[in-house]
Amino acid sequence: MTVTETLKRWWHQLGSPRWFYEISGPWQTGFAVLALLLLAIGTVWGLAIAPMDYQQGNSFRIIYVHVPTAIVSQTVYMLMGAAGLVLLVWRMKLADMVLAAAVPFGMSMTALALFTGAVWGKPTWGAWWVWDARTTSMLVLLFLYFGLYALRQAIPRNEAAGRACAVLALVGTVNIPIIKYSVDWWLTLHQPATFKLTEAPSMPPEMWLPLLLNVLGIYCFFAANLIGRLKLTILERESGTRWVRELIAGRSP
Amino acid sequence: MNPKRRTRLTVVLFLLAGAGVSVTLVLLALNENINMFYPPEAVVGGEAPVGTQIRAGGMVLEGSVDRDSESLDVSFVLTDYVGAEFPVRYSGILPDLFREGQGIIVQGELNGEGVFRASQVLAKHDENYMPPELAEMSAGHQKKPNPLNYDR
Repeated sequence: MTVTETLKRWWHQLGSPRWFYEISGPWQTGFAVLALLLLAIGTVWGLAIAPMDYQQGNSFRIIYVHVPTAIVSQTVYMLMGAAGLVLLVWRMKLADMVLAAAVPFGMSMTALALFTGAVWGKPTWGAWWVWDARTTSMLVLLFLYFGLYALRQAIPRNEAAGRACAVLALVGTVNIPIIKYSVDWWLTLHQPATFKLTEAPSMPPEMWLPLLLNVLGIYCFFAANLIGRLKLTILERESGTRWVRELIAGRSP
Repeated sequence: MNPKRRTRLTVVLFLLAGAGVSVTLVLLALNENINMFYPPEAVVGGEAPVGTQIRAGGMVLEGSVDRDSESLDVSFVLTDYVGAEFPVRYSGILPDLFREGQGIIVQGELNGEGVFRASQVLAKHDENYMPPELAEMSAGHQKKPNPLNYDR
């Protein structure tokens, strides 16, 4: 079988919630174990072992929570934008479920990034909150998550709710490059990015390695959380089908 | 791809492009106002308005910090190291990161004589985190940091 044929088959299989439910169990466990390991090592290393900053002292350590949550909250939004596109064009059921299942995680991570940013800002900047381009665009991201959550609750029919959310998710992705480049395009109080794709990080490895572990760990956490939520959503929405009824009948005596 | 999906894809991409273009236009129109503070050249050059609440930023000039021994009054000079600088007066507690050579943002009013009366002082730091030992080692030949990152 050629590569294109494999990809095509995989794409069609993704359209089947039942197939996804059946293959995803081991993946969820794998990601959960990986997340636990990475986050445990990264957090202990970052908070207890890594050196402190020459200017900020120990308050610098909040970076080990702030940066991973901020990065993952934007990635989750991009994933929802992609799911929105797939839903609008291909009408794939699973895309709608991803759109619904990823919101709580992304919303919590955005709130956590804003909160840790405030806690970090007070001792270093001298203020809990400032209205600069980075902080404001991040607040807009939180409101987009609120909007997606509320919109889903407001429309009772799944199909209509899905399409409305898909449009909002897709249009909202315009905010992501604004968040990313806000610190380069405008004068802000917020410092430029810690991790850049094109350059080495501007701190020694004993400082950025634990941070990298935490970033990878939080991605694994998201993957495990998303798969778990997807499986629940599949059971809920497909509860009328034969395979779900048989699955439940087989399990409960 | 079947024609129906192709049409939907075109519509969706147009929607996305439309949203992107309109947001870009809004941001371009607002460009100056999104900046959080006026750099020293704008304060000295008269672009910053006098007598209203504004924010201005710059680096604390070495040797310019003068603390009053009786009160919390402090005065210092903010500079961009390329010629523009202005004096600031403040009364209150300075943030921990306040030091000579540090990027600082002040909020307050600029008066007619070009003196900035600050009601709030914020410290800016850059992304060059460093352990204390390493900072001491490289202190001798440290390149001038650019914590305000305005090279425009």
